[in-house]
Amino acid sequence: MTEETSVVSSPSFPRLNEPAPEFEAVTTHGTIRLSDYRDSWLILFSHPADFTPVCTTEFLAFTEIYPELQKRGVELLGLSIDSVYSHIAWTRNIEEKLGVKIPFPIIADLNKEVATLYGMIQPGASKTETVRAVFIIDPKGILRAMIYYPLTTGRNMDEILRLIDALQTSDKHQVATPANWRPGDKVIVPPPTTAEMAEERVKAGYECVDWYLCKKSLE
Amino acid sequence: MACINPDGTLAPSAIQVLREAEQPKTAAELAQISGLPLFRVRSSLRELVQAGLLREDGDHFVLTESGRAKLE
Repeated sequence: MTEETSVVSSPSFPRLNEPAPEFEAVTTHGTIRLSDYRDSWLILFSHPADFTPVCTTEFLAFTEIYPELQKRGVELLGLSIDSVYSHIAWTRNIEEKLGVKIPFPIIADLNKEVATLYGMIQPGASKTETVRAVFIIDPKGILRAMIYYPLTTGRNMDEILRLIDALQTSDKHQVATPANWRPGDKVIVPPPTTAEMAEERVKAGYECVDWYLCKKSLE
Repeated sequence: MACINPDGTLAPSAIQVLREAEQPKTAAELAQISGLPLFRVRSSLRELVQAGLLREDGDHFVLTESGRAKLE
């Protein structure tokens, strides 16, 4: 009797503030590369499977926020380990039964290439399906945020929009955003890095709890 | 929704891109004129170049003789 050993490669995980892994994939809108999205923001998200109830509600919800995303220069790209024919059948079914046309492409990742690159398969949750992952990639192709949800829980679109707003605000004004921040709320001024700057900071007219926590309004 | 169908015919978006490329244009210019998202235009341009219907000249895309014949 021979004993076989199998080497299970551990899934890779992309890292924040590093270039998002490049890929070329078959989608419902033709063959697309990550670099095709250069110069626009991208939300790459995975769902467990076509023709499943939570995923259907999520696709409706993503479609609902798509116009708001487009106003912010953001594109959407879905992914699951299903064939392109399954994706087409499912999106046609959604249109037929629910009257909603899915406007964004969906990757048919049958060989799990993109899912593996982005750590979307988490065997503790499922060995054959992708979890509900969200990757926010900026116009330079840098991965800026990641969210992972379990199979049972549909994503919160308000949070995804809020996260986009927060990232774009941080980039534009060189600030950070506090907990539960919403557009229009005060933002956090980066903490000073020298004692002299700390002294100056409290005199600068910001709303300060102390030298390390100062907020300001954006005009 | 590839821009070239398996039977060699072109999708409407591909015809639109080819027509606009009669005068050399960049991907961004073609996206602006056609109203298609830039990622779709880049994907279509790659397919049209591979099919020999367009050629690249720096960052501009130019209609080839095959591309012109396809439009006729």
